[in-house]
Amino acid sequence: MAVNLGYREYFKSDAMPLMWCSGCGNGIILRAITESLSDLQLPPHQVVVSTGIGCWGKADDYMKTHAFHGSHGRALAFGTGIKLGNPDLHVIALMGDGDALAIGGNHFIHAARRNMDVTAIISNNFNYGMTGGQYSPTTPLSSKTTTSPMGVAEPGFDVCALSEICGANYVARTTAYHVTQMKKFITAALQKKGFSVVEVINTCPTHFGKRNIPGDTASMMKHLKDTTVSKTRYDKLNDEEKHNYMVTGELVNRQRPDFLNVYKGYKPGDPEAAGGEGQK
Amino acid sequence: MNKTKNEVRIIIDEAICKRCGFCIEFCNARVFEADKDGLPLVKNLDDCTNCRLCELRCPDFAVQVEAVDNE
Ligand SMILES: Cc1ncc(C[n+]2csc(CCOP(=O)(O)OP(=O)(O)O)c2C)c(N)n1
Ligand code: SF4
Ligand code: SF4
Repeated sequence: MAVNLGYREYFKSDAMPLMWCSGCGNGIILRAITESLSDLQLPPHQVVVSTGIGCWGKADDYMKTHAFHGSHGRALAFGTGIKLGNPDLHVIALMGDGDALAIGGNHFIHAARRNMDVTAIISNNFNYGMTGGQYSPTTPLSSKTTTSPMGVAEPGFDVCALSEICGANYVARTTAYHVTQMKKFITAALQKKGFSVVEVINTCPTHFGKRNIPGDTASMMKHLKDTTVSKTRYDKLNDEEKHNYMVTGELVNRQRPDFLNVYKGYKPGDPEAAGGEGQK
Repeated sequence: MNKTKNEVRIIIDEAICKRCGFCIEFCNARVFEADKDGLPLVKNLDDCTNCRLCELRCPDFAVQVEAVDNE
């Protein structure tokens, strides 16, 4: 008889309490991941969570899957190696916005370009939480952080647009508030062959939230709900309105051949043999 | 621990809860109320629709919503 694996089969409950601050959304993403793994009934020993450094990068401490806790920015480099060494494993890279897009930015764009069969789950809290709230490559223009007390004078990355243009097969954005949608996107990403990205817009009440969103931790979480809209609604807004919202939803879902398929089918001088044109 | 006519039980782990207020604020049925320290108390269990969103939205795995077996 098949055993039903509940979320607790993926969650290390004996490691509680979690290290994160009160009202930090990281625990909500962790819960959604364990729920998705349970929905898919993936055997924990066939899942490897790869992490770098950061508050979100500590999530593997709480998972009963295999884990590789490496150095800052390198979760996808390690994840790539793990996947190539044992293609049967499901590899999940958990990264903060700094981990994924500042120090790890090159690994990120190349994992997407190669279309590595790895799932990246990015907790985007718009700053470096672990080191005290410095601005990151996703901090929105004019937001206040500890290193930009008068507002940051640079625009931030659109993580999903970047993932799309670099070649990811699946790209979705949700928030820590939207728990049902988050689980749905993570489940879809885990099943997708090729590089998949789920960007979860998150609160860091201790640093970014305190400086940019008025009110208590619940108000900061509600802010995520109030400042995001579905793609269908977003497309109907005028340019000025668009400025005030972030779009959520499945933004890319395509079938480019993944790295291993291309590699196995590759014949020098015959690009068609490897599954056709690469980037389109 | 509370029981309700619609056979749901909600357990809050007081030692684990960090008093963020999410379960209190975002419950559509307004099942919780905060005590003076922000700890959620289950006040209106009869209104609980068993949607389990408070459990999924608790960042600290401190809420458990369980169907009660009356047998
Ligand atoms: C090579 C290296 N450079 C810098 C650091 C310091 N450092 C630790 S975590 C971090 C950034 C964390 O921000 P983010 O990745 O966004 O994750 P968060 O903590 O917000 O979840 C930095 C710069 C480090 N640990 N290693
Ligand atoms: S510093 Fe920010 S990101 Fe880190 S645990 Fe606290 S609230 Fe979360
Ligand atoms: S959501 Fe969880 S941590 Fe927050 S107040 Fe409710 S039980 Fe406590």
